[in-house]
Amino acid sequence: MNNLNPSLYLRRRLINHVSLILSMIAMAFGLFWLFWIMYTLFSNGIAGLTLQTFTQTTPAPGSQGGLANAILGSLQMSAVGVLIGTPIGILAGTYLAEFGKKGWLAPTTRFINDILLSAPSIVIGLFVFEIYVTQVGHFSGWAGSFALAILVIPVVLRTTENMLLLVPTAMREAAYALGAPQWKMVLFVTLKAAKSGVATGILLAVARILGETAPLLFTALNNQFYSNMNQPMANLPVVIFQFAMSPYAEWHQLAWAGALLIGLFVLGMNIIARVMLRQPKQH
Amino acid sequence: MSTQHKAGLTVKNLNFYYGNFHALKNINLEILAGKVTAFIGPSGCGKSTLLRTFNRMYDLYPKLRAEGEIILNGQNILESSVDLNMLRAKVGMVFQKPTPFPMSIYDNVAFGVKLYETLSKSEMDDRIEWALTKAALWNEVKDKLKQSGLGLSGGQQQRLCIARAVAVKPEILLLDEPTSALDPISTAHVEELIHELKKDYTIAIVTHNMQQAARISDYTAYMYLGEMIEMGETDTIFTAPKVKATEDYITGKFG
Repeated sequence: MNNLNPSLYLRRRLINHVSLILSMIAMAFGLFWLFWIMYTLFSNGIAGLTLQTFTQTTPAPGSQGGLANAILGSLQMSAVGVLIGTPIGILAGTYLAEFGKKGWLAPTTRFINDILLSAPSIVIGLFVFEIYVTQVGHFSGWAGSFALAILVIPVVLRTTENMLLLVPTAMREAAYALGAPQWKMVLFVTLKAAKSGVATGILLAVARILGETAPLLFTALNNQFYSNMNQPMANLPVVIFQFAMSPYAEWHQLAWAGALLIGLFVLGMNIIARVMLRQPKQH
Repeated sequence: MSTQHKAGLTVKNLNFYYGNFHALKNINLEILAGKVTAFIGPSGCGKSTLLRTFNRMYDLYPKLRAEGEIILNGQNILESSVDLNMLRAKVGMVFQKPTPFPMSIYDNVAFGVKLYETLSKSEMDDRIEWALTKAALWNEVKDKLKQSGLGLSGGQQQRLCIARAVAVKPEILLLDEPTSALDPISTAHVEELIHELKKDYTIAIVTHNMQQAARISDYTAYMYLGEMIEMGETDTIFTAPKVKATEDYITGKFG
């Protein structure tokens, strides 16, 4: 301690304080916008959140109605999208992290996945429009689900790979040392160790697709009534888009209510994802 | 259940390479069945590398290769035709850091057994109790077998890993510095355990702790820079080593 250089110590303290203050400002900056957005959604949308919003279908201009068909449609298409996209994402992520150590396939897949991850979602909407909607000749809930599934895959793939790479090598060696074949090691040891992280990835994917408008515009379009998966299907983002652009006050109110619903849902999903990741690894 | 097949290992002209680096140089030795053989030497001398050739753990990584012969039950296990999973079921390994799987204590021990044996529920229960008793852990965990293995203390986790390795009834048990992450009391537990396990298993242990080697082993091998400097009965190595370098290391003049 006698060798402590006072000026060096003071300088490090100063750097520490400055860095701390800068990161606090950055955090406050981010939170400021988040709170402003949530405040706007609440102040404009809360009046529209009546029981009727959840029980009645989207109205014609000038009449009363709700968002029930849009909420249901969004949930349906998101659920199917996640059901299709999650297994593919988990399998591919597992391949990249555990099996694709050698050769060109894994690096290529990873590269393409990165492109897919950052691809504008409208491009994916157009893609599904071209290969599916034009083939069957009409917009449909299935088409919307396919577009959402394509958005789910890269998110789940990336999280699965990252979470598996966090599992220590020692755990893999321990399983091999007992004579376990690789597939059993992956299935029962590493995927199990990474499961809360993988689940978080799925939640984040859900949060992402719930608010996507562009891929649904060209695939599910919209519907004023309840519909099955083979028909054009109402969904919150497209309803918000249409209603907000309209000149009618009732539609505006419903658009705000829908925006608030999506905002709360996405926020909730993200919070759940955070909490799941933070939990200590006690199974 | 204590009548087990114990096998020895014969290593002939073993050379090991990490890419271009020649890590083990012409190693010849014999690990006798039913005995404890300790490998000592300074860091980087190749003792862990040697241990990891016995179950071909190095095979998991590219650019690592071994040349020579390691004979187990009359077969050279370095041949490419060897079924690695079967080999590793016969040659168990416990690592430096405890590596419990993210599952219950029961399932941790059952994991390896289920790979190669089909046991009824009661047979499996017996096997789990037997293995945990062997590892001196049964009394501490018998009321919480369904709890996660990750909730145990470090010393308990390491004994769980030993139980897991013992449960599959291997012919040889490799211990790679099994107590280096443990406190003195847990270390004492594990050392007693090794003494106990010797009755049923052939044991090869790598240790940084020379007192430990002296306490628990029947034979000791001193390695330096990838070469086997001297190997013999532990009493001889520690009291009257033939090679000057061994004496220097053991008496603390070097290393």
